[in-house]
Amino acid sequence: MNSRIVILAVVARPLYLVILLASLWVLLRGHNEPGGGFIGGLMAVSATILWGVAHGTTAARARLPLGDAVWPAVIGLLLAAISGVPGLLDGEAYLTHRAWTLAFVSVELKLSTVLLFDIGVYLAVWGALAGYALALLAVDEQEQEGGPA
Amino acid sequence: MSALATAPAIVPLAAAALVTAVRSRPRLQQALAMAASVALLGCALALLAQVAAGETVVVAFGGWPSPMAIEFVVDRTAAALVLITALMGVAAVLFLASDADVGDRHPLLLPLLFGVLAGAGGAFVTGDLFNLYVWFEVMLICALGLLAIGARVDQLDASFKYLALNLLGTLLLLFAVAAVYGVTGHLNFTALAGAAPAVAPGLWLAVLTLLMVAFLVKAGAFPVYAWLPASYHTLPAPVLALIAGLLTKVGIYALLRTLGDVFSPAPAVLYEVLGWVAAATMLFGVLGAAYHWDMRRILAFHIISQVGYILLGIALASVAGYAATLFYTLHHIVVKANLFLIAAIIWRLTGSYDLRRIGGLYVTRPWMTLLLLIPALSLVGIPPLSGFWAKLLLLQEAIGQGRVVWTVVALVVSVLTLYSMMKIWMEAFWKRHPDAEWQPPADTQLAPAWAVTVGLAGVTVWISLYPQALLVYVQAAAATLGGR
Repeated sequence: MNSRIVILAVVARPLYLVILLASLWVLLRGHNEPGGGFIGGLMAVSATILWGVAHGTTAARARLPLGDAVWPAVIGLLLAAISGVPGLLDGEAYLTHRAWTLAFVSVELKLSTVLLFDIGVYLAVWGALAGYALALLAVDEQEQEGGPA
Repeated sequence: MSALATAPAIVPLAAAALVTAVRSRPRLQQALAMAASVALLGCALALLAQVAAGETVVVAFGGWPSPMAIEFVVDRTAAALVLITALMGVAAVLFLASDADVGDRHPLLLPLLFGVLAGAGGAFVTGDLFNLYVWFEVMLICALGLLAIGARVDQLDASFKYLALNLLGTLLLLFAVAAVYGVTGHLNFTALAGAAPAVAPGLWLAVLTLLMVAFLVKAGAFPVYAWLPASYHTLPAPVLALIAGLLTKVGIYALLRTLGDVFSPAPAVLYEVLGWVAAATMLFGVLGAAYHWDMRRILAFHIISQVGYILLGIALASVAGYAATLFYTLHHIVVKANLFLIAAIIWRLTGSYDLRRIGGLYVTRPWMTLLLLIPALSLVGIPPLSGFWAKLLLLQEAIGQGRVVWTVVALVVSVLTLYSMMKIWMEAFWKRHPDAEWQPPADTQLAPAWAVTVGLAGVTVWISLYPQALLVYVQAAAATLGGR
């Protein structure tokens, strides 16, 4: 795409960061309030699509974790699968979750296997759907450049 | 131990992630895939050993109380189907190591294949109607990926037909699941079985009809089978064998689980309609096969016709009928997958799937004749092969219930099936090769293919010669259906 929109290209940089931060906020908020890995992952995908439209799909792909769409999907799936194992080790059902509260001087840090599961979902959704979206955008780019590249 | 019950879905899912991670190294990927499919087979055998003793293995995810939790419930029916799924997984992955029509190896082929296994495994063991829909979706999306992955024009054409017709089925299924939830307030199978009698009969009939039609689309039954022969023949052979063996059977299983178990007894008119649908499916499937010359298309139409037989068992709505359905399903998955794999070997040796362009195998590969005849005659139902026992169980019950027309259709279709199988035998083996100079290629790499096909033929022979073990098992399995 030669005819990139300058305003979009300039705005995309701060927006990309804001959307990703918001998606992380939604991911973490999902612990006790509406939100979570799936919806957070979808927001991250929208950030990737924005970058793909503004700067091209190759650049957008390079900005994904580990520089490719498949890796976050794989790691996410494995993380989500592993998060169910601790419950299993204690002789309970798969995906029975564990939670711990770590107390620092004045801050309480809540950790749990649910969070691990949610991060897994987040990465899997981001990787898989961003992969699809970028592949579709790439088809568009080829057509605009006149035939398959 | 309940953890084992999660294996049919979790093992293939984890395998899919692992073989994706090593996708740039084909040999390692193949080795990992082999190890994972053997591990799945091991889990399936362990599960079978547990349920064969009469125990139903239940796991409620996250330790939530029933009926809120998503449950996996493994009874005898589910365990047997999981085992056959795992066996097909091993067969397909091993066959991929040969050079008989395996296609160009795409790095995402194996991950998608494990996705199909996860979808089928999850669907067989889930104890929740919405979860069943989800596993159907997992399977649909992965099968679609396998169809589209080669990106040839005919494959994309096939993918589109598959997608369009299956999405219709999926939408119907989603509507049906929503309707069931709407009228009962439950999705868990056990809770549904308890809530069903309280629903107004007319409303209940409408909801179940919707559910039945959705599953019939997935099973490839008359008149909504067009997606199956339109798409299957474009796949690489081992993938085709796996999909041909499993996909329609998941639809059948869902029908058996709902009409035969959870919602049993459903309104009688549903079983009556199902019986006529089954008869029509048998007949139209076999007639479609008679017209074709491509081995894969012939075999694809025979899937449809055999689906008819299996549906007939559900339509008979008795313990003996369900036992026949289960016996038939298990025998048929092995036989059908084997026929597709043998067709791929024929393709490798003679260079075509088109029966008009090949021949001469009887002279050059005489013992291969036997290998083909075991599954081919079993599909027809010649005694003492496994198909004979399956048909005997089915028709005994049909005659016992006085269903003369269905029985006659089933017998006529058997004869027509024999015609198709003999067509393959006469054309590919008996007749001389049309090219007088033809010699089978010397540089083939068929050892894994022979191992798989001979192994599957061995399973068929085992069922044929010793049907009692399987018979006792399926009767015990059928006896527990409907007892919620």
